[in-house]
Amino acid sequence: MTLAATTPAVASRSWLRPGPFALTLPALLLLTLLFILPLLRLFSLSFAGGGFGWYEKALTGGLYTAILYRTFEIAGIVTFFSLMIGYPVAFLLATTTPIWHAIGFAFVMLPLWTSVLVRTYAWMVLLGRNGIINRVLIDSGLLDTPLSLLNSRLAVILGMVHVMLPFMILPIYSALTRIDPDLPKAARGLGASAARIFTTIYLPLTLRGIIAGVMLVFVVSLGFYITPALLGGGKVMMFAMVIEQQVREFLAWNFAGALSVILLAVTLMMFWLLNKGVARHLRD
Amino acid sequence: MKGQGRQRGAGAGRILLRFVCGLIFAFLMLPLLVLFPISFSSGSYLRFPPPGFSLKWYARYFDDPTWIDATYRSLQVGAATTVLALLIGIPLAFGLARGRFRGRALIENGISAPIIVPHIVLSIAIYGLFSRLGLIGEWYGIAVAHTVLALPFVVIVLLSGLRDFDTSLELAARGLGAGPIDAARTVTLPILAPSVYSAAFLAFITSFDELVVAMFISGANMTLPKKMFDSIMSEIEPTVAAVSAMQIVLISALLLLGTWLRRPVKAPLVR
Repeated sequence: MTLAATTPAVASRSWLRPGPFALTLPALLLLTLLFILPLLRLFSLSFAGGGFGWYEKALTGGLYTAILYRTFEIAGIVTFFSLMIGYPVAFLLATTTPIWHAIGFAFVMLPLWTSVLVRTYAWMVLLGRNGIINRVLIDSGLLDTPLSLLNSRLAVILGMVHVMLPFMILPIYSALTRIDPDLPKAARGLGASAARIFTTIYLPLTLRGIIAGVMLVFVVSLGFYITPALLGGGKVMMFAMVIEQQVREFLAWNFAGALSVILLAVTLMMFWLLNKGVARHLRD
Repeated sequence: MKGQGRQRGAGAGRILLRFVCGLIFAFLMLPLLVLFPISFSSGSYLRFPPPGFSLKWYARYFDDPTWIDATYRSLQVGAATTVLALLIGIPLAFGLARGRFRGRALIENGISAPIIVPHIVLSIAIYGLFSRLGLIGEWYGIAVAHTVLALPFVVIVLLSGLRDFDTSLELAARGLGAGPIDAARTVTLPILAPSVYSAAFLAFITSFDELVVAMFISGANMTLPKKMFDSIMSEIEPTVAAVSAMQIVLISALLLLGTWLRRPVKAPLVR
């Protein structure tokens, strides 16, 4: 009787997988129509007129390669500072008491969930001529005339680090929580210094999280638009802004297509390289 | 003695760590907090400290139909994106988590592609397509485009929920005589509910905050981020600060609600 009652359930195990491939079809349809096809169309536009003419324009003459180089530079600086200040925060979150953990986490998550536009605007308020930073510096007598902090590379980098920091903290934090707390305790008991514990336990065991964070921050920074457009005030050009300008101001679809393919290619290349780094590390 | 010295050293390191992290937390929070005094300013431009207290920037937001229209449109687009992303994402996550078919790994990796592809590239690609189809300015066009951006987050969250899921609970329900729909309603959905809430929240926020795609395809029918962006570019007055302050309060409330909704379901079968 019991057996008879359970048999239909076991037989209907296939119910748990109701044609699994069919379930993915709506998503595949959406991504084909609104992701793959538009990108392919852009790709084909970049070759319009035959050959690599638009790519030649983008990659020779210096202007666009200089902007591409600057984009790499800014993305690199943003990634570096995000890592330098993100690691201590992740470490504190992973090792502190539950109450401080909750408070610290709120301080990371609230900015993360606030829109990039709102946060960028907040930096405009902070860094403006009548902004808080200038006000404090003038009121304390350190300055006579306000500094023009906005519309500079510094402003762009500050704003971007602020936007990207949670994306660095979260993967490192998750790697740190997976470390057996007895490991550093044992090392300390055996007389290892704090620096030694960091380089032989924490650093290697969180390398995966570090690389995930670096990858995310760097790759997203390469294609950033909102923050450099607002905090750079047209003086700090990044690659995404050039693409926007070509489409909106000049309707230069073919050239914008070529620039897009270049940005996409370097983004995917960086992603692939960093991924390969992770794979090699995991094999060792 | 030596051990004690080291202990004290670790304590000093700990204090230094707390101090550094305090500064970083201030760096993270200060820009958000600064918007509140500015939004209550009686001055007509961004000035700190504000010359006096007033609610006029809030009043201006509520009195200006272009702001209200933009907010309404963003809510509409966000809701539609959430529904679409869940309708497409839930079956996809089930298929990927429980199916064994050729190309499964490829689909699972491919689904994250919209995160990696720079938004500006995707935006102009969709803009090119939509302008040919005459979809510029249509709210459902923005919602469909936002669904492409939201889908990876929805699937990642749902997949992690489904991988922790013990399917023997479903088998038990079926063994005890529940039909497939009953089993899904009483077992699968309650256990999966926290993941679904997270996914819905992520999808909504992805759409509600999205600027770059909307900048190209919303045309004259602006979403709220587009309206804010234009306002920031054209005038230096604190209406945007008022809108931003309200958004921060709303997000904080949603985060608190989310923490409450996602509290673990301890005994899903006892109802």
